[in-house]
Amino acid sequence: MKQQDFEQRYSDGWLRLEQWLRTGSAGADEAAPDLPVAYRSLCQQLAVAKERQYTNQLIERLNQLVMAAHHRVYRQQTLRRNTWVRYLLAGFPQAVRAQIKYVWLASALFLLPALVMGIGSYSNDALIYAVMSPEQVLQFESMYDPGNQVMGRERGSDSDLHMFGFYIKNNIGIAFRTFAAGLLFGLGSIFFLVFNGIYLGAVFGHITRVGFSATFFPFVIGHGAFELTAIVLAGAAGLRLGQSLIDPGGHRRLVALRLASIEAMKIVYGTFLMLVIAAFLEAFWSSSTELGVGLRVAVGTVLWLLVFAYFALAGRGVLQPGEMPRPAPGGRREP
Amino acid sequence: MLDTAYNVETPEGIDLRAQAAGPVPRILAYSVDVFYRSLILAALGIALAFADRAGLGIWLLCSFLLEWFYPVFFEVLRGGQTPGKKAFGLMVVNDNLTPISWSASLLRNLLRFADFLPFGYAAGTIAMTLNRDFRRLGDMAAGTLVVYRQQNSNERSLPQAAPLAPPRGLQLQDQLAVISLAERHRDLSEARQRELADLLQPVTGKSGRDGLNYLHAVGNWLLGGK
Repeated sequence: MKQQDFEQRYSDGWLRLEQWLRTGSAGADEAAPDLPVAYRSLCQQLAVAKERQYTNQLIERLNQLVMAAHHRVYRQQTLRRNTWVRYLLAGFPQAVRAQIKYVWLASALFLLPALVMGIGSYSNDALIYAVMSPEQVLQFESMYDPGNQVMGRERGSDSDLHMFGFYIKNNIGIAFRTFAAGLLFGLGSIFFLVFNGIYLGAVFGHITRVGFSATFFPFVIGHGAFELTAIVLAGAAGLRLGQSLIDPGGHRRLVALRLASIEAMKIVYGTFLMLVIAAFLEAFWSSSTELGVGLRVAVGTVLWLLVFAYFALAGRGVLQPGEMPRPAPGGRREP
Repeated sequence: MLDTAYNVETPEGIDLRAQAAGPVPRILAYSVDVFYRSLILAALGIALAFADRAGLGIWLLCSFLLEWFYPVFFEVLRGGQTPGKKAFGLMVVNDNLTPISWSASLLRNLLRFADFLPFGYAAGTIAMTLNRDFRRLGDMAAGTLVVYRQQNSNERSLPQAAPLAPPRGLQLQDQLAVISLAERHRDLSEARQRELADLLQPVTGKSGRDGLNYLHAVGNWLLGGK
């Protein structure tokens, strides 16, 4: 068959499909072609055109049409409502437990420098100036001075929203960066974890030293349950990425990275949610002075326990999608 | 071979082909996006200025969303194209050339920061230039790539010449060459076409305008013109 005969035979169908792909959104109208059928015959026509060495222009046009139809046929729908419920109830804590090695490592990278720096700046007045400028130190001190009527940053009621925006941008940004930088063989995550640990330890130590702990700890304990764990988890996810590049196991590095990033992302979604909660608490709860110190400490403690219980217990016994049920002990059947 | 073509075999057994986009158009597209984003932020800043500190909070919230999720929004909901990419005819796709999914888009845009390190997208640019398909680090982890969105080419036009049967024994390769000369008669200058036709003077026995017309006529015939 000559090319022009071929074109004449099929061009009506091509035009119809092209038009539909350009305009049709939801396939509810009657003019909508049966997409899978149209797509398969289009594929066949492209293969024939290539086999018969028809001109590049025709093949190009068919190729474009096939690609556009391919996009429609293979559109992925990844967002379903019950996936999210399932993720919150089971998927997130399961993902964290699956990467528990990295979580411990990230915790150590965060807490050890914090501990060293905390003890250091508690016992040595000058050490805090190694990590921040005198103005910053003064600002921190004035924030948590028990003589203040308002706690946290100096605030009126309208500034709660301001601080909420600030915490969202700042803290979630830090968590995302801690995760992303892990791609550089884990080095970036290590840097951010250690750096934040040092900074936090210095503030803790210094504030305790100057005797403002009665205002400082009730402030941080509530949102800290979510914020500090989330930063550590983001770091753990980043370390997982880095590890896949350092030791890809039986895969090529690119494949190992892709598999690791699927695991890591399961954690990152959760840290995002935790940090939103943390920002909310920090802006609207931790700073309110009307609530007594005792109440805030009690609630903060409960929140810490809840977070740990969630990661330790939630989703146990729930199968992950794609996981095979474990055979019952002793219930082995002979083949 | 040095070629930016990217082929994927579909389950239907055919090869899809796309052209991977290199660093230069991508950087330009990115700067367009940065421009739009700053414009939005500036506009928001002016609009929210009256709301004082609460306004500042909302502004910070928006700037956070714009910083991390602006590309995700457009890539998933606008066919793989941020406004900048649209301006340069680029689009992001999964590496099997399907439309990008939420998870892949989130991942590649979160890892943007790793590409940014140590400054000014140095890591990403180096990764792109070392990579066959110009993927930055985030693209590698997410399994995505940036390709050119092909424009629908306008209708083919053939030269005005009465079809003429070719001499016997014209090999397939030669037929294809003649056809593509006829097909590209709009893209090549008249002089260049004549020059090409003159190469065949020993075979066709015609030169200049005549030789070209003859080849066009044969091309028409080979394409099925009657």
